[in-house]
Amino acid sequence: MKKFATLLIAGMTLFGGAALAEEGAKPAKGINYSFEGPFGKFDRAQLQRGYKVYKEVCSNCHSMKLLSFRNLADKGGPSFTVEQVKALAASFTVHDGPDTKGDMFDRPGLASDVFPSPYANPEAAAAANGAVPPDLTLITKAREGWHGTFNQLWNGIGGPQYVYSLLTGYEEPSAELEKEKPEGKYYNPYFQAGSWISMPPPLADGLVTFDDGAPNTTADMAKDVSAFLAWTAEPKMEERKQTGFEVLIYLAVLAGLMYFVKKKTWANVAH
Amino acid sequence: MHVRHPVARLIAEAVSKTHRSERRGFTRVTHIYDKEFGEVSTADHAPTDVNRRDFLFIATGAVAAVGGALVAWPFINQMNPDAAVLALASIDVDLAPIAEGQAVTFKWRGNPLIVRHRTKPEIEAAKAVKMEELKDNVARNANAKNGDLATDENRVVGGKAEYLVMLGVCTHLGCVPDGANPSREFAVVEGATKTGGWFCPCHGSQYDTAGRIRKGPAPENLAVPQYAYLSDTKIRVG
Amino acid sequence: MSGPNKYQPTSAFGKWFHERLPIVGFAKDHMLDFPTPKNLNYWYTFGGILAVMLVVQIITGIVLVMHYTPQTDLAFNSVEHIMRDVNYGWLLRYMHMNGASMFFIAVYIHMFRGMYYGSYKAPREVLWMLGVIIYLVMMATAFMGYVLPWGQMSFWGAKVITNLFSAIPFVGDTVTTWLWGGYSVDNPTLNRFFSLHYLLPFVLAGLVALHIWALHVPGNTNPTGINIKGPQDTVPFHPYYTMKDAFAIVVFFMFYALFVFYGPNYMGDAVNYVPANPLVTPAHIKPEWYYLPFYAILRSVPDKLFGVIAMFSSILILLALPWLDTSKVRSGNYRPIFKGFFVVFAIVCVALGFIGSKPPEGSYVVWGRILTAYYFIHFLVILPLLGLLETPNPLPASIADDVLAKKKPMMLAPAE
Repeated sequence: MKKFATLLIAGMTLFGGAALAEEGAKPAKGINYSFEGPFGKFDRAQLQRGYKVYKEVCSNCHSMKLLSFRNLADKGGPSFTVEQVKALAASFTVHDGPDTKGDMFDRPGLASDVFPSPYANPEAAAAANGAVPPDLTLITKAREGWHGTFNQLWNGIGGPQYVYSLLTGYEEPSAELEKEKPEGKYYNPYFQAGSWISMPPPLADGLVTFDDGAPNTTADMAKDVSAFLAWTAEPKMEERKQTGFEVLIYLAVLAGLMYFVKKKTWANVAH
Repeated sequence: MHVRHPVARLIAEAVSKTHRSERRGFTRVTHIYDKEFGEVSTADHAPTDVNRRDFLFIATGAVAAVGGALVAWPFINQMNPDAAVLALASIDVDLAPIAEGQAVTFKWRGNPLIVRHRTKPEIEAAKAVKMEELKDNVARNANAKNGDLATDENRVVGGKAEYLVMLGVCTHLGCVPDGANPSREFAVVEGATKTGGWFCPCHGSQYDTAGRIRKGPAPENLAVPQYAYLSDTKIRVG
Repeated sequence: MSGPNKYQPTSAFGKWFHERLPIVGFAKDHMLDFPTPKNLNYWYTFGGILAVMLVVQIITGIVLVMHYTPQTDLAFNSVEHIMRDVNYGWLLRYMHMNGASMFFIAVYIHMFRGMYYGSYKAPREVLWMLGVIIYLVMMATAFMGYVLPWGQMSFWGAKVITNLFSAIPFVGDTVTTWLWGGYSVDNPTLNRFFSLHYLLPFVLAGLVALHIWALHVPGNTNPTGINIKGPQDTVPFHPYYTMKDAFAIVVFFMFYALFVFYGPNYMGDAVNYVPANPLVTPAHIKPEWYYLPFYAILRSVPDKLFGVIAMFSSILILLALPWLDTSKVRSGNYRPIFKGFFVVFAIVCVALGFIGSKPPEGSYVVWGRILTAYYFIHFLVILPLLGLLETPNPLPASIADDVLAKKKPMMLAPAE
């Protein structure tokens, strides 16, 4: 039975290895983030910068329907102060109503509001952009940067890296490719749905100016905004890893104790 | 063992009690085992060994019990109000369209919020009431200080006596009290003029024109939520 | 269930109660004193682990239902509401989601253990068949649960799997429409799946009770496959196996916790974080990992009806296993050639799972067919013939003898 387990693991490793080489779009660039690994935490300043990139660039077309302004002040996030969040929220216009007369009205956003969407419905979004810009809240959990059973086990699915690679991965297509260029599309070999993307390159060096004076090349902004989107997708990540550490320590202690209890229980019986 | 502190003594007693019962439990198991299967005997264990074994069992049981208690918490806490509920929006109410003698009900945090533009006679009637006549003489106003009396001034905010803002939740069992209206007049206080007030249709609690409980089973005045004047005719509740 | 129990209540109330409802004595007989072979190894702890996982799934599930909304417009967001706003919602949801995978890991180990040690052989055929039914109900439960978050893979998984039934001749389309409650997977489908996903775990709990009942009639098998000959072969279940199982459960929980806290989405599919869209099929549809071998079998047959038949047969054939294995010897430990075939079979199952995760093109198709053929050959040819042709190794006289024989080398070793 032991032999069987070894063989099984060996077999799985073999197949896992084979799975590393999978087809599809170009694998995402393997950049590193502060929040990776069992003790990884978000970089607050980076999340705040990433928020600014989202607000000034992405939010013109992309919705963020699952996030509320109040989340920006949550523990384990960008750690804006409550006052800052109120001000941020107020800079958005929220469509609300009906009022007592039955009319809809616009008002400044409140901390408890979810992020307003740039378009009233998917049809309007598609009409304006050629394709529906996906909601960004969960984007880093919904896209894989690379494939492979074991690759993903060690390195994660590469969601933030996918976003980063997409934002920095626009290229001039070769003359060969240029011929098959669909109308109104841009060449991006990292785009998972076939290299031609409807989104024009959204970032350019120096497009957003950061309050903390951090560098603002396209690559810097892409990294900051992809980190921010990693947080929007998994806002409880820090709490999860912290709790996990405590739970594992506890279980290890209990397992150790249980081992001796089991041993003592069986001490008198040949088995 | 001389333990002075009462708590320490309690713990010591509890420990020695568990200790004894654990040992008894253990002996019983071995006993059955001996009797039924006639094999191994545990009699060859020195008392120190038994103590060590007992300690191990108690320690493991304690660690497991602590873990069980900790793991129960998420399952209990998940039923508490979630972050979205706690952050529930405050509402802004425009008072200007509410005519004198009219009341409008809004929904606020899932409850009816009554905003009444009181008439002069209503306010005067409320002011005339003496504190000792009240069943509950505490203001029950989230904007007032703790222990403030339920005077008419303390039932409103900013001295604006004409606007009474309170939750339409009867303090008896939660029904919505019915406000006085021309077609349905009732005297809230016996012997006083018929000046309106609120009447709870469920069990007959009666509130006066300041929303204070005067008769019936309800124990407290209708609650006034936290609110503030944004302008002369606009309030933000919550 | 079994003979009159020996439980003697000590208190007057205990006696009074026992005469009216002997539940304490029953529990004592079946959970504490039950004579269990003393040579069970850790592969035998997975039954206990499975029982605990069923309880974990039921409790986390009941709690999740307090926040979930089974409505196509709201389901996806209500799951995200659990993840973001509900107190410890992320923990409960990840526990439930990964608990399903853990449940299947444990059930596969439990099944392969049964296949290796011949646990299905007489007189335990009904015990085994109940196990197969439990496995089938588990698969149905997990499938319907996966639909509830209403992501892209939820929707398309539901569509593909329910479409399997359209392969039934003549009435297929009627059956599928009936399953859907419409012309496609939609709100009525989501609602009925939710209802059944809540119901089936309790059916499972009932089946588990029957499974344990059927186990306690002949008692456990053991690694030697020899029947219990007397008290010298057994120990009471408590404290011996309660403690051993508890230790195994804690270790299993550590494995479980690694996924819940450090790789909660590893077992899932990224596409399921995209809300369901009935107009767009994702590029690579594949079911959750625990169905992959059967999915590979389905796809390896290039005919709709026969593909579906092959897939269901590959599970139902397990019901016939007690009669397909003709060996007189129960445990694989004493069957030298069977051992080899067993390992090959296990690898074939894993390989089928791998093929199931790949797009059906190129060499994957060829390999899928070869492995599918081998899967059935194992049951229909190898096992019946092996029992007749193989010469088993000599069996020990009894469990106690076997245990003593294994202890000897250790006794001879110099004392530390």
